[in-house]
Amino acid sequence: MDLLYELVTDYTLRTVALGAALLGMVGGSLGSYAVLRGRSLIGDAVAHAALPGIAGAFLLTGSMNPLVLMLGAATTGLAAALLVETTAHTTRVPYDSALALMLSAFFGLGLVLMTYLQRHAGASQAGLDAFLFGQAAALVTRDVYVMAALGGIALVVMLLLWKELKLLSFNPDFGHSLGLPMQLLNGLLTTLIVVAIVIGLQTVGVVLMSAVLIAPAVAARQWTNQLGRMVALAAGIGAATGVAGAVVSASMRNLPTGPTIVLCMGAVVAGSMLLAPERGLLWRMGGPRRAASPHPDSSSSAPSPADS
Amino acid sequence: MSPQAEVQLVAAVTAVACALPGAFLVLRRLSMMSDAISHAILPGIVVGFMLTESLASPLLIAGAAATGVLTVVLVERIEGTGLVREDAAIGLVFPVLFSIGVVLLARYASDVHLDVDAVLLGELAFVPFDRLEWAGHDLGPRALWVMGTVLLLNAAFLAAFYKELKLSTFDAQLAATLGFMPGVLHYALMSLVSVTAVSAFDAVGSILVVALMVAPPATAYLLTDRLNRMMFLSAGLGVAYALVGYAGAAALDASIAGSMATVAGLLFGIALVAAPERGLVASWHRQRQHAARFSAQLLAAYIANPDTPPVPRPEAANRLHDRLGWTPSHARAVVSDLQERGVLTVHNGHLVCTEAGQRLADEAAQHAA
Repeated sequence: MDLLYELVTDYTLRTVALGAALLGMVGGSLGSYAVLRGRSLIGDAVAHAALPGIAGAFLLTGSMNPLVLMLGAATTGLAAALLVETTAHTTRVPYDSALALMLSAFFGLGLVLMTYLQRHAGASQAGLDAFLFGQAAALVTRDVYVMAALGGIALVVMLLLWKELKLLSFNPDFGHSLGLPMQLLNGLLTTLIVVAIVIGLQTVGVVLMSAVLIAPAVAARQWTNQLGRMVALAAGIGAATGVAGAVVSASMRNLPTGPTIVLCMGAVVAGSMLLAPERGLLWRMGGPRRAASPHPDSSSSAPSPADS
Repeated sequence: MSPQAEVQLVAAVTAVACALPGAFLVLRRLSMMSDAISHAILPGIVVGFMLTESLASPLLIAGAAATGVLTVVLVERIEGTGLVREDAAIGLVFPVLFSIGVVLLARYASDVHLDVDAVLLGELAFVPFDRLEWAGHDLGPRALWVMGTVLLLNAAFLAAFYKELKLSTFDAQLAATLGFMPGVLHYALMSLVSVTAVSAFDAVGSILVVALMVAPPATAYLLTDRLNRMMFLSAGLGVAYALVGYAGAAALDASIAGSMATVAGLLFGIALVAAPERGLVASWHRQRQHAARFSAQLLAAYIANPDTPPVPRPEAANRLHDRLGWTPSHARAVVSDLQERGVLTVHNGHLVCTEAGQRLADEAAQHAA
C-alpha cells in the first residue's frame, strides 16, 4: 500500500511510472507488427543508430531540448533502417548482417561524436550514460508530455491505417495487387517504430530499447490468434510491466529502472510461454489426453488476420 | 615501441582476430547472434570479475564465454518451442541477460572497479598502461598477448576445420551425411566467437566487437565470390579499420574503437555503392542495359511482324505510344538509337528492319518461345 500511495504522491516515481507506461504501451502496440513481420531486431538497430543523431543534434544546435534530440535520434535511426533495407534488398548481404553492421557502425559514429563533445564542448559523461542505459529518474513532466504527444500521434496513425497495416503484415502481395502503396506503408510503419524507440531512449536507453518492442508483443502473441487482441494485449502488458519495473526499481536501492523494466517484461514472456492456453508449454506437456496441436511450429509466426 | 604504436598494433590484432570467424557468421546468418553474444556476456564478466578481480584472468574469459554459449543455447531452445521466431528469441534473450548483468553490477559490485561503460565501450587508449611482466621483464601490453592468443586460436581452428566449416555452411545436409557433425562445429564456432568477444571487449567494447566481426566479411562479400579470398580480404579490412580509425580518432581526439567502427561503416558504404558487379551503381547500370536490350528486341520484333501496319517515321513516337504503351520520349530515343546501330532503317518513309534488325527480332521470338 505504501508503494501505491507513493505512486500517486511521489513526483519522481509518478513521472517515471507514467513515462514507462506510455513507453510500454506504444512500444508494445507497434512492436507487434515488427514481431509479426519477422523484423523484431530492427528496433535494436534503430535504437543504437539513434546515438549519433542525439550527439549530432546537440553538436549542431547546442540545445538539450528533448524534442531537438529526439528529432536527431529519429533522423539517424530512420537512415539506418533505410540502409538496412536497401542493403538487404539490392545486394546479397543477408538482412541480419546488414542489421548488425549498421547497428555497430552507427553506434561507433555516435561514440566518436559523444567523446568529441565530452572533450571539446564540455558535455558531461552523464549525458552519454543517460542515453546508453536510460536515466528514468531524470524524467520531468515536460518529457512525459513530449512522449505522450509523439506516442499518441504514432498510435492514432496506426489505428487510422489499421486495415492497411494488417494487410502489410499478413499479405503484402495481395495489398500490392489492390494497388495499395505497400512500399510507402512499409516506410511508414518503420517510421512509427522509430518514433516508439525514440521516445523510450531517455527511459531505458539504446541497449535495452529493443526488448520493449519485442517482449510485450511476444507475450501477447501466446494468448491470442487475432491481431486486434494481440496489439491491445501487448499495449496493456507493455504499460503494466513498465509501471511494475518503475515501482520495483524505486522500492530498492541500486536497482536501475531500464534493466528492471526489461526483467519484468522477460518474466511475463516466460510466464506466457509456459501458461498460455493451447500454445503454452505446460499446457502441451500436461495434456496427453488432449489432441496435441498438429503443427505447433507453423503457428509461431502468423496469427489469423481475421478479427474485427 | 611507442604507446601509440602499441595501441595501433593491439587494434589491428583485435580487428583481425574478430574478422576471421566473421565470414562464417555472415554466411551462416549468425550476425545478430554475435550481437546477442557480445551483450549477453556481461553477467558472465560481472560474476567472473567478482570472483577473480581481474578482467584479463583466463578464468573470467572462460566463464564469460560460457555465458555467450548459454545465449546461443537459450535462443535455440526458445525458438525450438515453436512459440517464438528466431529473431524475436535473440531480441528477448540478450536484453534479459544484459539486464541481469547491469543489475548485478549496480547492486553487488558498485564498489569494484568495473562499470558498464567500460564493458560496452572499451578504451583502446588505456591498452599500454596494463602490461604483462614476467620475472621483472616488461613483455608489452597485456591486451596484445590476450588478443594475439585469440588470433592464433581462431586462425588455427579455421585452418584445421576449414573444409568442414565450408561444407557445413554451404550444404549442411551433405556435411551431416558425410559425418562432419555440423552441430558440434556450430557450437565450436559459437564458443570461438564468445571467447573472441570476451577477450576483445576490454579493448574495443562489446558493441564494436560486432562491427569488427560482421563489417569485414560483409564488405568482402560484395567484392569476391570465393570463401578463402573473403577471409583474407576481411583480415586486410580489419587492419585498415585499425590504422585509418586510429588516425581519425587521433585527429578528433575521440574514441578509437568508435572511429574504427565508423571507418568500417564508411568502407562498407563505398563497397555498397561502387563494388564492381555487386555494387548499387553496377547493378543499376546492368538493369539499364537489360531494359535497353529488351526495348530494342521488342521494337525490332514489332516492326518485323508482317501483321504490323507500316509505321511512318515521323509518326513513330505516337504510334509506339499507342501500340506498345511507351512514352513518346522513350520511343523517340529507342528509334534513333536503333537507326544509328543499323537495326532499323527508313524505306519509303516507313520504318523497316535491316538484316540485323531481322536477326534481333528472331532472337526475341526465340526468347519468347
